[in-house]
Amino acid sequence: MIPTIPQPRAIRFAYGAYVVLFFVYLALPLTVVAVFAFNDSQFPSLPWEGFTWNWFFGAERPQIGVFHERGILRAIGTSVFVAVCVSVLSVAVGLSNAFLFNRYQFRGKGLLYVIMLLPLVIPGIVLGISILVFSSTVANAAWDMAEWDIEALRPGMLLVVLGQFSFIATIASLVISARLQKFDQTLEEAALNLGATRLTAVRTITLPFLMPALIGALVVAFLMSFENFNTTLMLVGSDAPLTITMFDRLKEGSTPLLNAVSLLLMLGSSLLALAMIIFQRRR
Amino acid sequence: MQPSAKLGFILLLTPLLLWLALLIFIPHVDMFLVSLRERVGVGKYDTSLANYRTFFTEPLYLWTFLRTAVMSVVATMITLIIAFPVSYYIAKIARGRLQSALFLLCLIPFYVSELVRTFGWMILLRETGLVSNLLQWAGLADQPVEMLYNDAAIMVGLVYTSMLFMMVPLVTTLESLDDSVIEAGYDLGGTGFSVLREIVIPHAAPGIVSGCIVVFMLSLGNYLTPTMLGGKDSLWFTELIYSQFIVRFNWELGAAFGFMLLLLSSLIVWGMLKITGQTLEKTMG
Repeated sequence: MIPTIPQPRAIRFAYGAYVVLFFVYLALPLTVVAVFAFNDSQFPSLPWEGFTWNWFFGAERPQIGVFHERGILRAIGTSVFVAVCVSVLSVAVGLSNAFLFNRYQFRGKGLLYVIMLLPLVIPGIVLGISILVFSSTVANAAWDMAEWDIEALRPGMLLVVLGQFSFIATIASLVISARLQKFDQTLEEAALNLGATRLTAVRTITLPFLMPALIGALVVAFLMSFENFNTTLMLVGSDAPLTITMFDRLKEGSTPLLNAVSLLLMLGSSLLALAMIIFQRRR
Repeated sequence: MQPSAKLGFILLLTPLLLWLALLIFIPHVDMFLVSLRERVGVGKYDTSLANYRTFFTEPLYLWTFLRTAVMSVVATMITLIIAFPVSYYIAKIARGRLQSALFLLCLIPFYVSELVRTFGWMILLRETGLVSNLLQWAGLADQPVEMLYNDAAIMVGLVYTSMLFMMVPLVTTLESLDDSVIEAGYDLGGTGFSVLREIVIPHAAPGIVSGCIVVFMLSLGNYLTPTMLGGKDSLWFTELIYSQFIVRFNWELGAAFGFMLLLLSSLIVWGMLKITGQTLEKTMG
């Protein structure tokens, strides 16, 4: 079934219809979420009560919009902070791993590489609880030995960052490694021959070459952190990121406020993804 | 190695080892040790298999575990069946701009949080939702229909949520299949079906395996979709873990549950790799 091989028209038509149907299916849930953000009613469901911007800009009850809802704004702030920490940390470690696996031959390399991939096949919730258990073991030991209360090791921001980092670092490593493999090492040698030190050579030749992968890894890590739920759920403290806050609200019952937040999320992440794609095309 | 190269090597190795030891390896060992503890008094613990015994003797726990596993397998298969024709279309039939546009369209929904996607399905499927209204309008139902809070709703959500992770590896492997190989298959007298079975599917095997592994993992470890779309009777194993840890504060039993989940997912991933002769490096890396 390729274009060069003729097929009966009915089959071609049915196939095309299936593909169209598939894309309708993909778009449907997101479309309804977006549309009902503008419903002038307390519920994101039919009947349609008319168009309103209140769920974005409204300042009075019962329709308090996103931009006047403190809880949501604070949660967005937390999410952005966590995502920035996780993505910077992941890209830094990923870069180091990429150099390690591409440039050095050592015993146990293959095994270490497989272990590095494991976080991808460990369920997120298990990653979360194992880190929760271990950090509280450490915190309890510190208390028992020296009456030293390490607040940071209790569920909260630090653990959320570490938990997300524990598997996003793998993805960053893979993205950066893939690009470093394509690098022509003779370019670096040329720089060395011209009198550059090893560090200068890496900084002026290799890093610029890696830049698209670094940006890509940064954006992917940011988005994955922003939308992570499972690992975060087990490690969250009092300052919850956006996904957890929205989940709690959704359990209590939904208002179009959540649709408005969702629409902003969609716009934000699509713009970020689009910017990344354009940046990488230009290179 | 020269001294300077050795220093560089150690500097690069340190973050990797710290990460894997402190965040992956030791926590899992610790979780396993906690799961072997039995509380015998206030702050007093014995080493025993009591938690695992509880897991195997309490029908609810074991039943939920098996149900979660079976439903994840079913969700993976449905995802594969839905995604394969579309991936084939994108990889082999669509050309040029249409091809990249379609592929991009597949990616977009998944840059959005899983919560938003699940929320979308809630709006569609609930009693006052769009589908219910549509059915009434079309005269197929004479009263609101509740389609949420059952296993089918969970299935819809799981399949939707993991679609991308099936599509990307499938499209990538199918794209690398040369058209002339398919033509040769037809020239040698193959029918559409035999070409699919003898040429296309074997070629796409690595993509199918890695897609299935990821989708299965994501379904098994999913918490959000079963909680939001499932009802009282459709318990998911991750919900048990969550309730032991956060609600009941019984970390010993929760750790045992977590370990069982890890064991199951590792076994299935390992089994799939073995059966198809793939390796983790090839399918994930």
